[in-house]
Amino acid sequence: MEYIPNIIFTVLLIAGVGFFASNIKKMIRNIKLGREVDRSDRKGERFAQMARIALGQSKMVRRPVAGFLHIVVYVGFVIINIEVLEIIIDGITGQHRIFAPFLGGVYDFLIATFEILAFLVLASVIIFWIRRNVMNIKRFIMGELKGWPKNDANYILYFEVVLMSLFLTMNAADFTIQQGVLSGQFTSEAALHYINAGSFPISGFIAPLFDGLSFETLHIIERACWWLHIVGILIFLNYLYWSKHLHIMLAFPNVYFAKLTPKGQLTNMEAVTKEVKMMMDPDADPFAAPDASEADEVPAALGANDIFDLDQVQLLNAYTCTECGRCTSECPANITGKKLSPRKIMMETRDRLEDVGAVINKEGEWKDDGKTLLNDYITPEELWACTTCNACVEACPIGIDPLSIIMEMRRYLVLENSAAPAELNGTMGNIENNGAPWPYNQMDRLNWSKE
Amino acid sequence: MSNNLVVPTAAEFIAQGKQPEVLFWVGCSGSFDDRAKKITKAFVKLLNKAGVEFAVLGAEESCSGDPAKRAGNEFLFQMQAMMNIEVLNGYGIKKIVTACPHCFNTLKNEYPELGGNYEVVHHTSFLKDLIADGKLTIEGGKFKGKKITYHDPCYLGRANDIYEAPRELIEKLDAALIEMKRSRRNGLCCGAGGAQMFKEPEEGDKDINVERTEEAVDTGADIVAAGCPFCNTMITDGVKAVEKEGQVEVMDVAELIASAADL
Ligand code: HEM
Ligand code: SF4
Ligand code: SF4
Repeated sequence: MEYIPNIIFTVLLIAGVGFFASNIKKMIRNIKLGREVDRSDRKGERFAQMARIALGQSKMVRRPVAGFLHIVVYVGFVIINIEVLEIIIDGITGQHRIFAPFLGGVYDFLIATFEILAFLVLASVIIFWIRRNVMNIKRFIMGELKGWPKNDANYILYFEVVLMSLFLTMNAADFTIQQGVLSGQFTSEAALHYINAGSFPISGFIAPLFDGLSFETLHIIERACWWLHIVGILIFLNYLYWSKHLHIMLAFPNVYFAKLTPKGQLTNMEAVTKEVKMMMDPDADPFAAPDASEADEVPAALGANDIFDLDQVQLLNAYTCTECGRCTSECPANITGKKLSPRKIMMETRDRLEDVGAVINKEGEWKDDGKTLLNDYITPEELWACTTCNACVEACPIGIDPLSIIMEMRRYLVLENSAAPAELNGTMGNIENNGAPWPYNQMDRLNWSKE
Repeated sequence: MSNNLVVPTAAEFIAQGKQPEVLFWVGCSGSFDDRAKKITKAFVKLLNKAGVEFAVLGAEESCSGDPAKRAGNEFLFQMQAMMNIEVLNGYGIKKIVTACPHCFNTLKNEYPELGGNYEVVHHTSFLKDLIADGKLTIEGGKFKGKKITYHDPCYLGRANDIYEAPRELIEKLDAALIEMKRSRRNGLCCGAGGAQMFKEPEEGDKDINVERTEEAVDTGADIVAAGCPFCNTMITDGVKAVEKEGQVEVMDVAELIASAADL
């Protein structure tokens, strides 16, 4: 009988982690629906970029308040996870505070640090909540955040509050029991299980609330908090996949794979290069049969009509986006009331990717559902409002490039659908015919020097 | 205005068996737009004064393809790029200077993969180097006491991380350089990029150039300096829209320097 808690714990742990892993596998499968893109170059620079921007949070602090609060939550989260490791080992082995005997005084210091961090995280998360729900900060209340995205953002904050509170309450009960044992008040075998370990600078303030409670009551409180805390963590882990909070893992690979070339440099489409070279080569035979290997391939669409036409880094971007809206709040089109919002571009891309994934989950393979990212999720009006100014790319603290998606979709509109706005068709006609966007004669290009 | 600009073409250089130090890429705006032509001339005056052996392509130059590419017409872009590259490589051009950040970005970043490898510099960096090398000297007297604010063109600033060269030039004028709230990497676009210059804006509640011009005017500046012919047009229109014509002037950095040098 005495092993039942260990067994229950182990089963929960395996189920929780297993379910999470299966969702992550689906996510990777979905990302692989995109086109391959080679980002295996410049590894040193990529690691440096990841260290600076993701690990070092360098772009987060450009907004000092949000950036500072986030660093507290982020550092707190990472360090408090050391404690979760102990909790997991305790849970499997049925021990209590298994690291304490090995670490001695260091253990006290660690627990004290975790407590202070937990308190700071609690405070930061509450401020985050106020910023989101009370302060009317524009990027948090815009249209695209209505409904699920808003709830999602709040759920995460509630989760953190509950987890941190449970952690501190658990320690407070533990501390009270330890005091009772030391003073000779609690003498049962179960009470002696609570070894004298740890230092409780924060929960020490909660402990007085427990004065006078029996060991049995304290024991129930401590155990209840312990179980709820670890189960909460497992639920949180599994919630990530459906949330913008996926960023806590994906921020790192996302920054690693982010574009390193100058922001102004757009890709040159290889398929087009081939064709243009053929056209410009006087020796090329336009009627030559394509060689057999190429003939079998279905020619890929030029530009992007759906998520299948985007590359894998763009799809990773979509899963990583935190929906913070820093991009949108810098976007000149959005600032002046146009429909375009780079954040929405990322959110719609993820929604579409998830919808495609859901079909694959259900049918076992992709079956056309009659929708596409272009038109059904993102409209041409949004795409044509972009000035390609790169403000969104510059603003994103985690290396997301909404502009690259906008460009791919414009390419599709123009190259596959010939659906450019009429004025632009005129401009392009001019460039084609007389080498300038306006109807001037190329022969007159030097007239200014004589005027 | 009859002028004594010396503007040799690359073909003339070759005919004399010579090679220009640098090719001045004028761009469509600089060639045809009335306002931008003034920038072109101001820059040429400075080149002449500094004794730079430059050439232009003249009628052999064609659109860099930037607006086509950003409108999504990759096909037209690459056609333009390859034609230009053929001409440039034919003349053995190694170094290019241009006053248009869009041409600058495209030539520098997007041409290499298509076979066009050149050292490409923006005219503000080029002027800065001429001054540093002592080939050009300027006295700022003319602008003493004036307030100048500088608008970062997206394709120079964020796109290529060039923020300081134009500012260093302005600082040489003895004028007060005042920054807008959104400047350098946070600079707000003028609204022309991505081929927007050639179309009506999508529906919204304000034009981007007006938003930007208001910010520039709010600094109390007498002059809004820009380093891009498109930004120049957009902000000039913006100044009209906010009815500050005659009070706030929009000038290219090259024009400021040329005017300080009394050219
Ligand atoms: C690994 C542990 C991390 C945790 C626990 C964490 C936690 C959080 C939380 C709670 C929020 C919501 C804040 C709000 O409601 O406004 C948030 C937002 C955000 N996080 Fe993280 N995060 C982590 C890692 C990262 C990393 C590595 C980055 C990369 C730079 C990052 C970037 C962001 C961004 C951009 C936001 C949007 C909110 C804003 O603009 O301030 N996070 N994170
Ligand atoms: S590049 Fe386009 S989407 Fe991004 S900020 Fe500029 S206008 Fe907005
Ligand atoms: S793309 Fe980047 S800046 Fe924009 S909402 Fe997503 S995480 Fe924030």
